[in-house]
Amino acid sequence: MNPFTYHRATAVDDAVRDKAGHSNAAYIGGGTNLIDLMKENVERPTHLVSVGKLPLAAIENLPDGGLRLGATATNADTAWNDEVKSRYPLLNQAILAGASPQLRNMATNGGNLLQRTRCYYFYDLATPCNKREPGSGCSAIGGYNRIHAILGTSEACIATHPSDMCVALAALAPTVRVSGPGGERSIAFEEFHRLPGDQPEKDNTLEPGELIVSLDLPAKSFEKNFSYLKLRDRSSYAFALISVAAALELEGNTITDARLALGGVAHKPWRDQEAENMLKGQPATAETFARVAAKVLENAQGQGSNNFKIELARRAIVRALRQAAEGSQTASDVFLNSNP
Amino acid sequence: MPQQPTNAPARAGGVAVPPSAGPVHLTINGQQHTLQLAPWTTLLDALREYLNLTGTKKGCDHGQCGACTVLIDGKRINSCLSLAVMHEGEEITTIEGLGTTESLHPLQQAFIDHDAFQCGYCTPGQICSAQGLINEGKARTEDEIRELMSGNLCRCGAYIGILNAVKEVVEKK
Repeated sequence: MNPFTYHRATAVDDAVRDKAGHSNAAYIGGGTNLIDLMKENVERPTHLVSVGKLPLAAIENLPDGGLRLGATATNADTAWNDEVKSRYPLLNQAILAGASPQLRNMATNGGNLLQRTRCYYFYDLATPCNKREPGSGCSAIGGYNRIHAILGTSEACIATHPSDMCVALAALAPTVRVSGPGGERSIAFEEFHRLPGDQPEKDNTLEPGELIVSLDLPAKSFEKNFSYLKLRDRSSYAFALISVAAALELEGNTITDARLALGGVAHKPWRDQEAENMLKGQPATAETFARVAAKVLENAQGQGSNNFKIELARRAIVRALRQAAEGSQTASDVFLNSNP
Repeated sequence: MPQQPTNAPARAGGVAVPPSAGPVHLTINGQQHTLQLAPWTTLLDALREYLNLTGTKKGCDHGQCGACTVLIDGKRINSCLSLAVMHEGEEITTIEGLGTTESLHPLQQAFIDHDAFQCGYCTPGQICSAQGLINEGKARTEDEIRELMSGNLCRCGAYIGILNAVKEVVEKK
């Protein structure tokens, strides 16, 4: 690791001020991703502002019926929170599908949004990577790209966002509250992560120095008909090749509202609102789901080693929507791949 | 992947003079310690290199194997991905704090009874992780224990014994 100085922030404004007072500073929450990247010399901050102990760990009801998830609440405490389990079981299942119990005990909600891609070339200092070193080139394009993106890629980057939690959040559409040198503001989750374009070094739309304070979930939670389906190389403790967060509202067999988001396919959690609109008013049948899956993937592009993901994603969408319609998933203390 | 302790200077060449080590107060297995540590010293390296608590193992040093698992206020974490300085004011429990050779922890006895290791390198992490699992109280079935122990790898492949050992202690609770 690079040498660095360290400050444990005592309040949000102290954290923001301290970071602004140092060049090349970074916030550290749980540290599960940042310390790993620092050991690899991919990240080389010279000052760390520790925000993990800020009083932002509460999970509390909002007046509008929504739920506020504090930025420093751990992923484990969030997944097992009673309100999350009873009202946002999709989020409970997505969080528990990710990482390991140890990592979920460390990782914060804010940090989960800010984790960086696991593209092997991003980690490998010996190879060009536009995300790590803008302008140096993309080694994954034309390289080994089995885990890479099939939607929303650019000529500069085909990396994927690694989070499970964020796929459920994309479907649930919370607001991300941030605090920074310019004061407080709110960012719609849909606008938080970005596609690579010609600036793949930017994962999100945070301004310099901004700190995530909370995720505010809306009241609508799709607690009856949902599915988080995660497909990966082994049945636990692996990043998704494809994941699908599907949520439906049904009247009889007719879909009245729908959410659909994918992980492992793009530089950001991939929510498809056109597909959601296609589902509305339609019967919850295999034919409807197949039509919608085809639409989601109509512009999908394989890179060689990951061509299989297009068909895998198509089938995963159909299966997740069917599971959601059947109401076969419930909140649980454990995410088991054997879910029907 | 370099295996040097993280308190060693990272990479030579053009790096500014590192900030000096400062006092870090840690409570480990009920005992208070004040160590002079550089801020980039991981909790794992503080335990092994500064306190000679070598029960906690360095496996991958990247949060992928679980050999470095310790308990912080009763919750299991990977000590390799955490800075020592982040844990001031918390109760840190390592394998040395769970049992002694004279008085084994029930999980230690169960690991012996169920032949739950070969080389033993992952065992302290497995046992600390299993204690964390028991503290959480979420895993009941075999499938649930397997899933919630998946952060601990065993390259000898003693998983059947590990599962049986953890299950026995979970069921006694």
